[in-house]
Amino acid sequence: MDALLAILIGGLFAASVYMILRRSIIKLIIGLLLLGNACNLLIFTIGKTIRGKAPLIEEGAKKVTETVADPIPQALILTAIVIGFGLSAFTIVLIQQVYQSVGVDDSDKLQSTDN
Amino acid sequence: MNILLIAPIVYPLLLGILTLGVWHYRRIQMIINLVGSFGLMVIGFLLLGQVMKNGIQVSQIGNWTAPFGISIVADTFSAIMVTITGVMAFAISIYSVSSVSPRFMNREQELRRSQFAYYPLLNLMYMGINGAFITGDLFNMYVWFEVMLISSFVLLALGGDKNQIEGTFKYVTINLLSSAFFLIGVGLLYGITGTLNMADLAVKIHQVENQGLVTVIAMFFLISFGIKAAVFPLYFWLPASYHTPPISVSAIFAGMLTKVGVYSLIRVFTLIFITDVGYTHTIILWISILTMVTGVLGAASQYDSRRILSFHIISQIGYMTLGLALYTPLALAGAVFYIMHHIIVKSNLFLISGIMNRVGGSFDIRRLGSLANTYPFLAVLFLIPALSLAGIPPLSGFWSKFFVVKAGLDISENFAVFVALAVGLLTLYSMTKIWNEAFWKNRSDNAFPPMETGLFSRGNLYMTIPVIMLAIITLLIGFWPDPFYRLADQASLELMNPSMYIEAVLGGKP
Repeated sequence: MDALLAILIGGLFAASVYMILRRSIIKLIIGLLLLGNACNLLIFTIGKTIRGKAPLIEEGAKKVTETVADPIPQALILTAIVIGFGLSAFTIVLIQQVYQSVGVDDSDKLQSTDN
Repeated sequence: MNILLIAPIVYPLLLGILTLGVWHYRRIQMIINLVGSFGLMVIGFLLLGQVMKNGIQVSQIGNWTAPFGISIVADTFSAIMVTITGVMAFAISIYSVSSVSPRFMNREQELRRSQFAYYPLLNLMYMGINGAFITGDLFNMYVWFEVMLISSFVLLALGGDKNQIEGTFKYVTINLLSSAFFLIGVGLLYGITGTLNMADLAVKIHQVENQGLVTVIAMFFLISFGIKAAVFPLYFWLPASYHTPPISVSAIFAGMLTKVGVYSLIRVFTLIFITDVGYTHTIILWISILTMVTGVLGAASQYDSRRILSFHIISQIGYMTLGLALYTPLALAGAVFYIMHHIIVKSNLFLISGIMNRVGGSFDIRRLGSLANTYPFLAVLFLIPALSLAGIPPLSGFWSKFFVVKAGLDISENFAVFVALAVGLLTLYSMTKIWNEAFWKNRSDNAFPPMETGLFSRGNLYMTIPVIMLAIITLLIGFWPDPFYRLADQASLELMNPSMYIEAVLGGKP
């Protein structure tokens, strides 16, 4: 499971870098979305991937007896997903504005503020 | 629970909600913001006073004990930053009375801007900035960064003319990338240490077996904060976006936002990533040198006053990170001092360029002229921060450069010192260029006609007041540097001895 996830995350990072480096603005946004997902999955694997066991301490015991997944990274991802959702929504509206004001879907044409 | 520690976060949130509530009443929004930001400044000073008196202040949110809950920590450095945020917020809120007022703007642009939430967003951004300054938890810091970023995105795009949208697009893209790096760093750090509390991290990082991995993670943080602070190879977004929004927004961005990046860099590289100082801090040293040089050279070819100032932000960031890279008590005190001086001076220069635009009709200094004749008082107001930026004694810039340079000479980093001094000269060149073009040269006839006359006329008065206020602070730092240096010295003492921070947060536990 971990090996599979590692390959998936690597693939997502590679795809996102490729997309971010494209000139098309739409593809750039897709790249950023993929990057966000890759980060979240990376954190997810850090907390170990163990199915079907809740990280609850038995009554009377001081700590968990069996191996369970760490819940904190999952809480972190939850926060990161929500933040990412808001940022993506804003970014998508923004590129629509960019497209309306510049008229092309090409980041090479966006040079008027550079010089 | 210490109310004063939570106030810098909750108070701007309340102001944001209040100003949102009176959405259609610009005048009331403006008054709430004016009074409110004065309160923010007072809170800053109270917090600073308490920290100076009682040492590092800690509050555990929800009474969860230290490594498990979220800690709010204010050491001297944090308190200084919160105080300056308050001072800047107050200055900007006065300036906004004139500069974002309906009477003096392009009618259509103003209508659009007033529909949207300039004041609420400004306050929410202060909340994010203050949160990032006083949080003691790394993931929490990420969240505050996002609060700050999303507000700054919208502030930058407000008004929606073509250049603004384009600048915002660049700013948003690079910042999303930087946030991703931050998140990866936080995640990996949790993976190897099992904690997110910064004080606890500072303890546990030394117990990690694979120290190579720690350095790799340090590089993630260096890239992420480096993008936000605009250091050498990562700064190109800054001059491409900071000159596009209204000048009051530019000024607060120029003063505060990059400094949040510098603050975070200093925080993590003095508290957490000190396991391999010889490697990480040497990288920072070279980055600083290149940042100083490329920033100041970039400014030399520009003629838009805001773009010249944008490039100078970059070159000044180099001095601050240089203080971090040298990593001696004096150098860190110099860096903290530099941040105090820089925020005041740089924002002031942006505000002045706004006044130059108002009275001269352009941001392009080639189109301006004869301002020294027509507005001698404005010339004086410009000279104070401009000469201070270049480091002319006895103004504030001289002392900040002096401390950093002295620290460099003490550990014989002669090349870095040489570059720092040369860059100071080149800064003077840029400031002279603005002076020559805008103030001294005779105004050509085909220039724009001036819009509004008189610095103290009804329309311009509120733009002039904050400029005078900030100039007085600059002079204070310059002629009376002792209390400011003692503050910086105390901050650097705490930064150089992470055990003080750790003990305050974890309560003396190992």
